[in-house]
Amino acid sequence: MMKRALLTFAGASLALAVGMGLAGCGERPQVIDYKQGKYQGKPDEAAYASAPWNGNKKDWELALANRNQNQNEYKRTR
Amino acid sequence: MARMKFLCDAERCIECNGCVTACKQEHDIPWGVNRRRVVTINDGVPGERSISVACMHCSDAPCMAVCPVDCFYRTDDGVVLHDKDLCIGCGYCFYACPFGAPQFPQAGAFGVRGKMDKCTFCAGGPEKNNSEAEYKKYGRNRLAEGKLPACAEMCATKALLGGEGDVLADIYRERVTNRGRGGEVWGWATAYGRPEAPKQPGAAPAPAPAPAGGSKS
Repeated sequence: MMKRALLTFAGASLALAVGMGLAGCGERPQVIDYKQGKYQGKPDEAAYASAPWNGNKKDWELALANRNQNQNEYKRTR
Repeated sequence: MARMKFLCDAERCIECNGCVTACKQEHDIPWGVNRRRVVTINDGVPGERSISVACMHCSDAPCMAVCPVDCFYRTDDGVVLHDKDLCIGCGYCFYACPFGAPQFPQAGAFGVRGKMDKCTFCAGGPEKNNSEAEYKKYGRNRLAEGKLPACAEMCATKALLGGEGDVLADIYRERVTNRGRGGEVWGWATAYGRPEAPKQPGAAPAPAPAPAGGSKS
């Protein structure tokens, strides 16, 4: 009885060891799957997505448009 | 939708390198990498012209076309950016770019190249806006702060303009009208032109796009 239990335990241990060993030998793809012509990197969030705009695109565009006019000295001197 | 562009007025650039310094300072650019530089044509000769050159964020960017790992993308605002986690530093983009914009830091011994670095239009990269990771990899994200590129905003003579393309065109048109000369825009046709546009029957032949390294005006 004792011998049978030992054999069962040994068999289970062996199966576990073999399973773990084989899992270690498994080959996962180490590189991404390249698809020509399509961006493969991380997604980027929009400039207006974060504070202080919090997704308000209109306000962000208005701020940039106002700032853009600072480059027009004809407007500044008038 | 904004379409961000750079415009350099060769009539106004005085080769002060303020834009280069502003860029370096703003993004903490390492030694040996120049996202922006000033090129002078016919240096020392009367009539010399200087132009500030960086990534022009082309409409049909050659760097995007040749990248073997497709790490480039264009934002909704027309800014061409890339993912440094994906870049393998092969240098193809450098050869493809008509403006010599891609830069490669010397990452180690034997001339090994690091990941490509280039002008981001002060728009950071594919990391959380204004995060530390974004700053370390791509520099400051001024667009997310509602500001325009530091180089353009710092330009003392306002030779370098940056921002929404239509607004820049209006500013430049008014400027050229007032001074009555120097209407050529260096690099504009190369970056944003459409040389492949079909010709109208009976129309005059379209002017050839400006050569990348050539002098205009």
